Amino acid sequence: MEFLQQLVNGLSLGALYALIAVGYTVVYGIIQLINFAHGEVFMIGAFGALSTWLIIGSANDNLSLWLLPVMLLGGAIASVGVALLMERYAYRPLRNAPRLAPLITAIGVSIFLQELVRLFYGEVPGFPDAKRAIPFPQIDYVTGPAINVGGLVIQRAALFTLIALVICSIILFIFINRSRLGRAMQATSQDPDTSRLMGINVDRIIMLAFAIGAALAAVAGLAWGLRYTNIDFRMGFVAGLKAFTAAVLGGIGNIAGAVVGGLVIGVVEAMATAYIPGRFGGSAWKDVWAFVILILVLVFRPQGLLGSRVVDRA
Amino acid sequence: MRKHKLAIAGVTLLAAALAVSGCGTRSAETGGGGGGEAKTAKIGVIAPLSGPLSALGLGIRNSVDLAVKQANDTNAIPGWKLELAAEDDEGKPDVGKNAGTKLVGDDAVVGMVGALNSSVSLSIQPVMAAANVTQVSPANTGPALTQGPDPANKKRPYATFFRTCTTDILQGSFAAQYLYTTAGIKKVATIHDKKIYGQGLVTYFTEEYKRLGGEIVAAETINPDETDYSAVITKVKGANPDAIYYGGEYPQAGPLSQQAKAAGLNVPLMGGDGIFDPAFIELAGKTSNGDLATSVGAPTETLASAKAFVDAYEAAGFKEPYAAYGAQSYDAANAIINALKTSLPNAADAKSARQPTVEAMSKVSFDGATGPVAFDEFGDTTTKILTAYKVADGKWKADKTADLSSS
Repeated sequence: MEFLQQLVNGLSLGALYALIAVGYTVVYGIIQLINFAHGEVFMIGAFGALSTWLIIGSANDNLSLWLLPVMLLGGAIASVGVALLMERYAYRPLRNAPRLAPLITAIGVSIFLQELVRLFYGEVPGFPDAKRAIPFPQIDYVTGPAINVGGLVIQRAALFTLIALVICSIILFIFINRSRLGRAMQATSQDPDTSRLMGINVDRIIMLAFAIGAALAAVAGLAWGLRYTNIDFRMGFVAGLKAFTAAVLGGIGNIAGAVVGGLVIGVVEAMATAYIPGRFGGSAWKDVWAFVILILVLVFRPQGLLGSRVVDRA
Repeated sequence: MRKHKLAIAGVTLLAAALAVSGCGTRSAETGGGGGGEAKTAKIGVIAPLSGPLSALGLGIRNSVDLAVKQANDTNAIPGWKLELAAEDDEGKPDVGKNAGTKLVGDDAVVGMVGALNSSVSLSIQPVMAAANVTQVSPANTGPALTQGPDPANKKRPYATFFRTCTTDILQGSFAAQYLYTTAGIKKVATIHDKKIYGQGLVTYFTEEYKRLGGEIVAAETINPDETDYSAVITKVKGANPDAIYYGGEYPQAGPLSQQAKAAGLNVPLMGGDGIFDPAFIELAGKTSNGDLATSVGAPTETLASAKAFVDAYEAAGFKEPYAAYGAQSYDAANAIINALKTSLPNAADAKSARQPTVEAMSKVSFDGATGPVAFDEFGDTTTKILTAYKVADGKWKADKTADLSSS
């Protein structure tokens, strides 16, 4: 029973990592850039959802369920906006630069976004100071008393995350494989130059990739806020790191791999906390075990669990 | 050609920006320049002014500011004007050390109040001691800071370090006595965040609790950078405790309490002064009723001398509340000011007053906002009052106050 409970814990944590990991993997698949600022896009998605609630719902402490899609929309607008600005002004000018330049830029953008929120979020009239954790509104039905399924305690917010992951994965799969834009994305990630010759606007496709990653990160941000009841300007850093690990574990560039990688990392963390006995167990060592799994997978299968999909730049 | 010009411009800008920003700590506030014939002496503050503990740090800074303002208004030290020099340590030891080095490098600094975290003070102590700058902490409860690492063999490590709050030895045992005797709880699970403060608190709690006859059913740790504690909570739930004792601070304790109750572990969470802040109740949500905390000193609202502090603080119009350590910081600042009353008049400048100030600190004795303020041979406060608080109706309410001076 405790095993099943820890499995549920792990899957719900992993679902969050999976949603963020997709953003890393989609961008890497198309332009071979590890967008280290994606964790901050996730954080801004959460702050966007909070801001939407503060503007619309906080007047009478409204926590009704219909606010949820509005907050999601608000968060998505914020994160997609930031991601597109990032792409246009930080990464596009460096499209043909040696690989190190956009990488360093990504780190710079990450620090810039963290500080932007830390210093200026509280300056907007009506918004609380972001220098410390801000309580996140607990929307009815998706938060509240946990659901008890035969002894298994499942948090409502965790269930929300898992369902959101499933829905987003299905929508993404249909989009990538069954729509013209999706096929254009696949073509661009295979061979950008030939795609251009075929009439695909590569710049637009890259913007689309960033936007998709950011939208999913906004979902993750909202889910995080509901699950952990507070958001903080530094929440993107650790979550982003774990999500990047998940993306690599599952096969960088492979969207299904990102989802699987995220879930695996979440489950490994939960299991390592519970079942590794003695000195090397407990929550102190769970990150170590997650990375040990990563190293083992990469040593024996360098392309990740599900194989990576990266264009071969000859 | 265009690319070259752009590159050169970019590099020049970057170099200029780096030169201007330097590599100091994030925020530094110093008062304006001294005026007239009065000489300037500065009282420094090192506390987390940003980051998760900034609620406590800003309260500390404002309380010291209040004491400095009052001293200037009453002309406490004729011929001298006092100023505040506040530095941000973000709750991190290395940032705190930089802040400390910056303060001692300023010749006008003659004493300082700080830090909030025991781990930060540990890195600041040698810096202050080397420069003979008095350091008074309003919130460090780690016993090793004044009594040395070996509790059986107490030895004061630095003559410049004092504190206006009691140590975790007393805090942990007070909590153990409260849970075992007053609340009647015989099975407790302990969790800490692996930092010096939390770990020490749990150690002293466990010693006293076992001595009284209680049972520690689980001893776990969490990683303070993480927000998901469900795995640890599931483990602890399996051991069936009647209460959880948490050693750490409110940014983790709040979500921990909320997640524990949501997972079905409906037992009170008790912590030390690190969780005694309204932010804990905000983060822990509606299920936090019944959670407990201990804090140093009597409740600020009950002492007459404290009331004067509270009124003056409100009148001064600070943006942030004085938080858990406001009264202790006020007393710490006034302790330094009292010591300065003897050391500054005979000093030619602020820097030469540093050593006499340290010597004068041991003779300081007055009635402060937390009760009588005086220091023993280790630099610990002689007032050993602790209070247990319980969350009721979304607020901390004082439950039991004890004077442990006899122990």
